[in-house]
Amino acid sequence: MNNLVVLPIFVPLLTAVILMFFSKNVSLQRWVSVGASLLTVIVAVLLVRTVSIDGIQTLDIGSWPAPFGITLVSDMLSALLVLTTSVIGFAVILYSIYSIGIERERHFYYPIVQFLLVGVNGAFTTGDIFNLFVFFEVMLMASYVLLVLGGTKIQLRETIKYLTVNVISSSLFVIAIAYLYSIVGTLNMAHISQRIAEIENMPGILTVIAILFLIVFGLKGAIFPLYFWMPGSYYAPPIPVMALLGALLTKVGIYSIARTYSLFFYHDQSYTHELLLVLAVVTVLIGVVGSIAYWDVKKIIIYNIITAIGVILYGISIATTTSMTGSVYYLLHDMIIKAALFLLIGIIIKITGTSNLKKFHGLINDYPVLTWVYFIAAISLAGIPPFSGFVGKWLVIQGGMGSGEFLGSVIILITSLLVLYSVMKIFIHGFWGEKDQQFADKESVSYKKLLVPAIILVAISVLYGFGSEFVYPYVSQAVETLMNPEIYIEAVLKE
Amino acid sequence: MEILMAILIGFLFASATYLLLSKSILRMIIGTGLLSHGAHLLILTMGGLKKGAVPLVNEEGVPVTDPLPQALILTAIVISFGVTALFLVLAYRSFQELGTDNMDELRGTDGNE
Repeated sequence: MNNLVVLPIFVPLLTAVILMFFSKNVSLQRWVSVGASLLTVIVAVLLVRTVSIDGIQTLDIGSWPAPFGITLVSDMLSALLVLTTSVIGFAVILYSIYSIGIERERHFYYPIVQFLLVGVNGAFTTGDIFNLFVFFEVMLMASYVLLVLGGTKIQLRETIKYLTVNVISSSLFVIAIAYLYSIVGTLNMAHISQRIAEIENMPGILTVIAILFLIVFGLKGAIFPLYFWMPGSYYAPPIPVMALLGALLTKVGIYSIARTYSLFFYHDQSYTHELLLVLAVVTVLIGVVGSIAYWDVKKIIIYNIITAIGVILYGISIATTTSMTGSVYYLLHDMIIKAALFLLIGIIIKITGTSNLKKFHGLINDYPVLTWVYFIAAISLAGIPPFSGFVGKWLVIQGGMGSGEFLGSVIILITSLLVLYSVMKIFIHGFWGEKDQQFADKESVSYKKLLVPAIILVAISVLYGFGSEFVYPYVSQAVETLMNPEIYIEAVLKE
Repeated sequence: MEILMAILIGFLFASATYLLLSKSILRMIIGTGLLSHGAHLLILTMGGLKKGAVPLVNEEGVPVTDPLPQALILTAIVISFGVTALFLVLAYRSFQELGTDNMDELRGTDGNE
């Protein structure tokens, strides 16, 4: 029983409601949302601290005991993800102030960002499968509005596709929950896990449900056959929205796969985990092919999201302690560095006025700070030791090798080089070269203020890489719960 | 009763799929509506149709019907109404801006600069 658990959901929700009343007072909206997101970060830090000292925190809403009421559960994994989400939310809001434009700000941009944070934090925290669906919908509703806000032609067109795909996947989610409920007769995730463990002969319908969940979460997380909507939809909105969606929404899908596959469907792994493994490797390949094929900076980073999702899924499908540790490391790293990269290419686009890599070069002459920040972000993404991508990828590959999956591990190892190539392509073609090109006037582009949130995120990512010894106890605590569902069940049901 | 419900749900899903595959956005919206109604009926059936007394405290100890599916459907219906309303507004606005409601003309990634 701890009210701290609900605060990362409650603070953004309250902020969003308050901000709705002051839609025309833009400067008030800006500073209230910055303050509120800072407060969320502080609350999330406290939450991580509490969970690390006292173990899993739960809150039974309305004091109904666990299997009957709605329970919020904060184990280490969700606490860490809530913290990362809050940090990204803070950086993106700071970035939006100077880049999103007054018209969008007047039309409820900040409240909707807060609603998105409510949905994401809620999805990470909830311990009830139906409420996972509800928080998904909160998050998706906010993302529809963020995608279409501004109403340009391309945004309208891509939002229709995005909305259709997600409405269908939400229906599938409801169907999957219906099937699961008919078998186990409960909605509390810990209780579901317990009931599934009690079933003697695994009926085939559980595999069907597992695959249905994989389809639903895979659509949100953009894994291999279900990623088709993503490059188009994420291309349309302005950069801060893109950073939010790219860094947070896909990772909620991955978190849900990790949660359901480690808590519900761990008994009979022969079919589901094998499928997950194959899909993960193909996802990595598709992402890499996309990121080296395009000459558009936005497209390159968007396809890099798909690659990262493949790497994380690979670790989850191996399902050993080492690979899970790697996946959690990589998940947190990827959220931060993707947001940072999106913010950085946003600055590049603002300076050059184009996202086509063939149309600009030589940025290093005028913008050395931007160049080197981008360079650090790029090598962190590719996982050059000792930067942050390295530890996660190394552990994932080690886990894969340890359980005899050589082909997949080698593919991930080789594709890391291609990821490095794809981000270095931006560095070589965009930043290097002679200064024979006139960019927009340096004074008119207030890029320094935009650089601050990007530098904050890159600095966190660098500290995360260098301080992986310091982070390790937290991550291993998260993995311990993932690998031993009994800890989770015991904490929620309090037997 | 269960078999009747199963047939009805299947019919709803089939119609929804047919409508979703059509080119007009308006038909697709109706399709998503039917799809979510099918899913709601599925929850109701899966949770068990009425088999016992009303779910109130009773002294006789007669078995009661599970009230949870109704609560779930209520939530899901509200959400699907919200999404459908947003979808209708979006379709209307994009008809105004893009001058078409034919999905064929919204294909591809052309115009992504």
